Amino acid sequence: MAVRTLTELLEAAFPGDDVAVEDRTGGGDHFQVTVASKRFDGLSLVEQHRLVYDALAAPLADGTIHELRISTKGTG
Amino acid sequence: MKDQLQQIIEGEDVVLFMKGTPQFVMCGNSQRALDALRRAGAPVTVVDILPDPQIRQELSALSGWPTIPQVFVRGELVGGADIVEELEASGELERTLREKLGDDFGATEERVVAVA
Repeated sequence: MAVRTLTELLEAAFPGDDVAVEDRTGGGDHFQVTVASKRFDGLSLVEQHRLVYDALAAPLADGTIHELRISTKGTG
Repeated sequence: MKDQLQQIIEGEDVVLFMKGTPQFVMCGNSQRALDALRRAGAPVTVVDILPDPQIRQELSALSGWPTIPQVFVRGELVGGADIVEELEASGELERTLREKLGDDFGATEERVVAVA
């Protein structure tokens, strides 16, 4: 269930881009998130991850996400 | 506490804010960040954020980074476990350390600093 919520939030923040969310443990609170987006082009990794954190601010704040792994890629 | 955190971030060469200490790591991601820093030979100063929930709150307010661990080099946020691992694997972490700390940066003893 949470995978779908996270996927929707990421798709809203990165429309048309490649977004993948994996429930790493099956427990619904440890996630691997992978995003490939043009928005990352020219940004540092810190800036790229900040955009992902921004998109997932709500589930990060309310405890839905206990652990988050992020992998980001630009298109360049 | 905010001033103290700021002082540590700006005053130490490499700071790792983690859950637990290098002797008792309490979180897989903190372990990943610590291991990557060790592989790069970084002189790490560790702050355990677990003793007081306020540490994490103040830290995230300062850095704008929502998760733990957090790694800083010379006052600048390098990232969390994923970024530090990625930078270490590509050799960029060592390059950054060399650039910021000089060629002779050495893995001195890991230090643990308490925040109160």
